[in-house]
Amino acid sequence: MELTLAHYLSLSAALFTIGVFGIFVNRKNIIVILMSLELMLLSVNINLVAFGAFNGDIKGQIFAMLVLTVAAAEAAVGLAILVTYFRNRGDIAVEDVNLMRG
Amino acid sequence: MNWDEIFAAATPELYLAFAGLIAVVLGAVLRERFATVSIKAGALILLGACALSLFNIEGGVAFNGLWETDRFTNLAKAVCYFCAGVALLIAEPYLVKERLIRYEYALLVIFASLGMGITLSANDLMTLYLGIETLSLSSYVLAAFNRDSQRSSEAGLKYFVLGALASGLILYGSSLVYGFSGSTNYDAIAQAEFGIGLVFGLVLLITGLAFKVSAAPLHVWTPDVYEGAPTPVVAFFASAPKLASMVVFATILFEAFGNAIDQWQDVILIISGASMLIGAFGALRQTNLKRLFAYSSIGNMGYALIALAAGEDIGGPALLVYMVIYALSQLGIFGVLLSMRRRGGMVEDISELSGLSSTMPWLAVCMTALVFSVAGIPPLGGFFGKLVVFQAGVEAGLWPIVIIGVIASVVSLGYYLRIIMIMWGGDKLAPFENMSGTVGITVSAATILAFPVFTVVIGWMMSLAGGSFSLG
Repeated sequence: MELTLAHYLSLSAALFTIGVFGIFVNRKNIIVILMSLELMLLSVNINLVAFGAFNGDIKGQIFAMLVLTVAAAEAAVGLAILVTYFRNRGDIAVEDVNLMRG
Repeated sequence: MNWDEIFAAATPELYLAFAGLIAVVLGAVLRERFATVSIKAGALILLGACALSLFNIEGGVAFNGLWETDRFTNLAKAVCYFCAGVALLIAEPYLVKERLIRYEYALLVIFASLGMGITLSANDLMTLYLGIETLSLSSYVLAAFNRDSQRSSEAGLKYFVLGALASGLILYGSSLVYGFSGSTNYDAIAQAEFGIGLVFGLVLLITGLAFKVSAAPLHVWTPDVYEGAPTPVVAFFASAPKLASMVVFATILFEAFGNAIDQWQDVILIISGASMLIGAFGALRQTNLKRLFAYSSIGNMGYALIALAAGEDIGGPALLVYMVIYALSQLGIFGVLLSMRRRGGMVEDISELSGLSSTMPWLAVCMTALVFSVAGIPPLGGFFGKLVVFQAGVEAGLWPIVIIGVIASVVSLGYYLRIIMIMWGGDKLAPFENMSGTVGITVSAATILAFPVFTVVIGWMMSLAGGSFSLG
């Protein structure tokens, strides 16, 4: 079987959906949410690189490198905010993030 | 590299990036000694960037088409930098009193503003994404700036998770648009044949951007972030980034998808109607002023989206005028909120405004004028903002949404009038602690700007942005 663009797009769409579901379905731990966010960004990278390769265009790969850089920065900022949150609350359960509502 | 081109198009951002990096070094070397100076220095830097973008108002194209500025974007940029600078100045007394004065605050505002400048100048999906992330990453940290407060860190966490989700949606949409149009450049995307793949990408892009402007389906973060984040940070969020995100929303839809207006007009109309109604009805049962103004901002983004749905020629200038008036009046309103301090602590409940007219009459007058302006009562600036937006909607033949807009305005008068009634009719409470100079000046200036002085300015801005404005 030959791998076509559609295969790559399906894989990336599946990973992206898993990432989005990971954020909304997960009720336990905020770290899992951070992992889901990372999964979303990486699935986009598959998309970009596949499009770049099949369209014969270098831009997709350049975009993917930029996304990798931003993903690293985003993880750093997210973990930093998570640490301050943990120091204030002593817990990182998703259900307890509810000081403000209404 | 053609330096003339780059300087013509990107001077304010180059200057901001350079000044911001120097401030990082100064902060690392001087540490606490830089803390109090940094706020004023940061405000000066931002006002300088504002002057530079007005000075280079014609703009140009640079970096092989990755970057394009014109009068429209430069005007938006100038107002963004101005609002960011003022938001920084009015933050100082609060930060000093709450012992939050650290030089990182000014740096984060500078880099967030740089992010706004980059998104506004973007003519390519890559530039757009990098700019949005520069703005967002700084904003997440700003929301969690009071790191010893449970509420602030919770606000930062919520903002981060939902913001990163929205960035993911924008990115996935960008990748689909890139794949099916064959390019990331706005001009090339506009040339591409419009197929089902592009529709998917476009819808994802719109969803992500709707989050960034806090429009309806993804507005849930706004009240929580407004309530939890420190008040000066909210003053910043409510003015400059809102304006920038809305103008970016407009530039990408107009420039990259201008030919496909039939595809996205309905989506924008639904988002707009839902935002206006949620904003109007959501605010009715709020008692916390910051939460109330969060819902008010959701509703106001709905009005701005009417102008967006009207298309580039009719809606573009109206959108800019509306957002500029909105951003400036928000600075005044949050200036009033910043001066609500009693017995060493901030108070945020509506009932705390009770009897303000007899204890601090000038503050009450300012708050009344500003709230009426946001509500859109005739002689004030906000009225003309709404007028041009509704005019654009009518000209584009979007009658149903204009009617929803008028209904939402009437409903939202309910909670605006409640604030006024409590201020002028409630029992007298102890006066607030004395306002600091910069906050007082900002509130007064925003009030004066809310009066019809604005109509002259509006006419000038409309002509500069390429539209025409006539009264009535």
